[in-house]
Amino acid sequence: MIRRAVRFLDQRAGAGSALGKALRYVFPDHWTFLFGEIALYSFVILVATGIYLTLFFEPSSSTIVYHGSYAPLQGQEMSKAYASALTLSFEVPAGLLIRQVHHWTALVFLAAIVLHLMRIFFTGAYRKPRDLNYYVGLTMLTLAVIEGYAGYSLLDDLLSGMGLAIGNAVALSIPVVGGQLGTLIWGGRFPGTDAFFSRLYIAHVFIFPVLIGSLMALHLAMVAIPRHTQFRGRRRRESNVIGTPLWPGYALRSLGLFFSVAAVLFALGGLVQINPIWQWGPYEPYLGTNGAQPDWYLGWLIGALRLMPHFDVVIGGYTLVPNPFWGGVLFPGLVFGFLYAWPAIERRLDRDYAPHNLLDRPRDNPRRTAIGAALFAWVATIFFAGAADRAFVQLGVPYEGQLWGYRAASVLVPTAAYLLTRRVCEHLREDGGHPGRGSGARVLARSRSGGFEELRPQGQSAADGEQG
Amino acid sequence: MRPRRILIGTLAAVLGAFAIAVFAQPPQARPQGGSSAGTVAVPTGLREAGRALFAEGCSSCHGFEGEGVPGQAPSLRGAGEAAADFYLRTGRMPLDQVGEEPLRATPRYSDSQIRALDAYVASLGPGPAIPVVEPGRGSVSDGMQMFNESCAGCHGTGGKGGVAIGAYAPPLGEATPTEVGEAIRVGPYVMPSFSEAQLDQRDLDSIARYVQLTQNPDDAGGFGIGHIGPVPEGLVAWFAAIAALLLVARLIGQRNEGDEPGGEEGGKA
Amino acid sequence: MKWFLAALRWAWRLAVAAVVLVLGRRGEGKLERELPASPRAEGAVAALLFGAGLAGVAFVLVYAFDGADTQLLGAAIALALGLIGAALILAAGRVLPQEQLEEERPSFAVPTAEEEHHHDEAAEETVRALHKGREGVTRRRLLGAAGATAGLGLGAAALTPLASLGPRVGKLLEESPWRDGTALVEENDLPVRAGDLEVGSFLTAFAEGADKRELAAAVVVVRVEESELELPPERRDWAPEGLLAFSKICTHAQCAVSLFRYPLFAERSPGPALVCPCHYSTFDVLSGGNRVFGPAVRPLPQLPLRIEAGRLVAAGDFSGPVGPSWGGVREGS
Repeated sequence: MIRRAVRFLDQRAGAGSALGKALRYVFPDHWTFLFGEIALYSFVILVATGIYLTLFFEPSSSTIVYHGSYAPLQGQEMSKAYASALTLSFEVPAGLLIRQVHHWTALVFLAAIVLHLMRIFFTGAYRKPRDLNYYVGLTMLTLAVIEGYAGYSLLDDLLSGMGLAIGNAVALSIPVVGGQLGTLIWGGRFPGTDAFFSRLYIAHVFIFPVLIGSLMALHLAMVAIPRHTQFRGRRRRESNVIGTPLWPGYALRSLGLFFSVAAVLFALGGLVQINPIWQWGPYEPYLGTNGAQPDWYLGWLIGALRLMPHFDVVIGGYTLVPNPFWGGVLFPGLVFGFLYAWPAIERRLDRDYAPHNLLDRPRDNPRRTAIGAALFAWVATIFFAGAADRAFVQLGVPYEGQLWGYRAASVLVPTAAYLLTRRVCEHLREDGGHPGRGSGARVLARSRSGGFEELRPQGQSAADGEQG
Repeated sequence: MRPRRILIGTLAAVLGAFAIAVFAQPPQARPQGGSSAGTVAVPTGLREAGRALFAEGCSSCHGFEGEGVPGQAPSLRGAGEAAADFYLRTGRMPLDQVGEEPLRATPRYSDSQIRALDAYVASLGPGPAIPVVEPGRGSVSDGMQMFNESCAGCHGTGGKGGVAIGAYAPPLGEATPTEVGEAIRVGPYVMPSFSEAQLDQRDLDSIARYVQLTQNPDDAGGFGIGHIGPVPEGLVAWFAAIAALLLVARLIGQRNEGDEPGGEEGGKA
Repeated sequence: MKWFLAALRWAWRLAVAAVVLVLGRRGEGKLERELPASPRAEGAVAALLFGAGLAGVAFVLVYAFDGADTQLLGAAIALALGLIGAALILAAGRVLPQEQLEEERPSFAVPTAEEEHHHDEAAEETVRALHKGREGVTRRRLLGAAGATAGLGLGAAALTPLASLGPRVGKLLEESPWRDGTALVEENDLPVRAGDLEVGSFLTAFAEGADKRELAAAVVVVRVEESELELPPERRDWAPEGLLAFSKICTHAQCAVSLFRYPLFAERSPGPALVCPCHYSTFDVLSGGNRVFGPAVRPLPQLPLRIEAGRLVAAGDFSGPVGPSWGGVREGS
């Protein structure tokens, strides 16, 4: 049976030997290498559940009066988009399950990408020859954030409408071109024409998924061509890769991960409620609810919008740079700009133009680790500032005071993170310990001649093995 | 066996208990005529008892005749029975310190004491009477619409409270229908008030009914995680889903690559 | 530093120990092939897979016979997926051959020089092959310039239809349905009467006849004590009987300004204010909508009001442009 299938393919596509080679493709083994796979499998689940949802959802802002089974909304006028999402949630069997799985998966997809990015950053995996692939990855993260926002906005409930209002205001705030840009995308002034919803829909279900999917294929190909990176270790050199072959070990393990990802997401989708749009109500531009928040991956932007002091650039009575620009465009621009620029900056700083296939442990490069820690701490501080209103309700800390606290923290926390991380790394490098694996006890090995010699800690052997 | 059925059962039980509680209220405290402004005829004895309680517990801030003390506390002339009842039943008054924000607490007075104080404050000047709120007569859908238009800006569409800049817009999880009606008429602390011309009796019933719904919302999707939207959702995504998947990843992949030369575990070689 | 590391170490150990306890640690990396040959593990894998099949059937049954309850559906399908996942992971670790392979990487030119522009034979060959393609071409510059022109022209032509997506911005963002005499109506199109609002109350109103979704159509009307007003002299007549109207759209990021705080005891609390719940921009009512807190910069545009036969009517257009600022919007007063 197997033989016949392989022969069939071999005789028609000459695929026999290539297939054989692919089966022996080697995956180095480390648990942190799986973050990207979690993102990949989340994307698969997003596409599958998303296709199902398109069969029921109606992306239209034209209004109808709701007569479905959810009593508190009966008789209310609302857009067909919101009404069809309600029908999907209450009338379509398994519809709510799939909708909730889709939303949970979106949150996990972005979380996995961010974790993957951190792993790549802190181990120096973005260095040549993989810098190009790192840019592809960053681009996918950007696209995924926009894709998530588009999905959140499609439902036309109270929260998504408020999110769109802010998004439009941020677009308008871009100097010189902003007004026209916002008007083009929305087909007019906010809340836009009917065409806007079909545009948002086609962007969410076609343009962005296709872009992300194509980049993902490119991303994987560019991982496979130079093979994976690996941590330093016995027999591991720049020129080889040691690990589990695709067949059978890795394929099964990875498939196991896929099913685990799906299991967690379907369990959440079935048991934990996410975005209960029927509890928010329909959106109108003149309605607003206290405590509205975006999904977590946009939390850093609402934090930035709220933290920014009231300041516009005004020339001769005309606003040139309105306030939402700082938090909504400049801040993410700085963060992503830095991430894009970092491989080139580091190359310049170290005058290191060589390709690298062996990974650094975070401690091996205290400067990089400290800079990364400072960057992520900066974003995280501003992210938490976005939830200050909830912290006020739950914990009673005055909002106005928190705002000033976070403004100070957005300077102090990254500085502290930089200094602390740098010290921890240097300390670890000195004593060779691992924060999870005990002290820097020295390891002795018996040498061939019968005497004992000290095996040198990783950090130093790493430096020795650089040319390997 | 089926979670939703259990949920509906609980909801029905709670609503039922509620209805009984509302109808079993002693009628003398609820003069008919609802919320029309004006002093209400009450037994003199009750008012005198209220005056005594007021002199003891309230007069140091509000003055002996409820005339208010400049810089300390407002005059209660015209505050009405509804205001007194709302502040006392939700434990917001008396304050521990002049100037602090009145927040919900355990009431300091018993039911009969509150009724006496209500009667006394009502006698100080014409003000809103305690509204008669019967959620059963309202429409939950009208209530939701009015709530989102007039209340959600501060209390949030799910009634979970929020920041009102310089003040706290409280969550409505414990608010009884009468308290909802009183707050709407009185406008406690920094809350705006709404006259009968703006929100009539039926509107009060509908809003109170919707508030009851927010206290036991329809969680068709499962565990409600606080009903405040994306913040807890993000927490669950990171600290439940991602945490679980990291454990799986840790299980599948190795922590270190095992056979490092100088690595701590390589020492076994 | 030591205590910090110790704490980190213990947190990490506890997390890992939990996993290790449940499922046992997989063997260290092996460089050679090893066959586990464990019938017990095979049995366990089979049991997990059978269980997954049953859970799948349970999903179908819940769908068909139990009204497709979301929680039961989710539990059943998650169980099925989880059991398959567990079976595969167990099989990969305990049933299938355990092996480690070494593979040589495809050799990329490894530069020895510090510079990125080192000599690289493979790259040079490609460059030569590309150069061959232009042998015999004499007016290379001219053709290059022509090609670039074609590209730019066509590129511009390809982008032009995008301009059809929306109207020219022009004065669009400043449009307003309010004129002198436009009546204020409520959401149900009934006129707003001055008597509807008591002091300390607010409501949302719209320009009569306008689309309620239009950004400038919605206003928030509030009533305060007339004696407390501190409006600038030119707006003295804008608030009859203490009734003021403001655009409902925040000048920061155009959310609806839907919080109205009216302090009962003004002596101990800042005055009446309108707040936007998105980023908490706060506008002072008594002085005519000046910003007092939050990221907004421009004041909230005020709509002049007058009372005609008990009905509220606009006495003109807003004091400034409605909605968020954008490059070019004129500062409001």
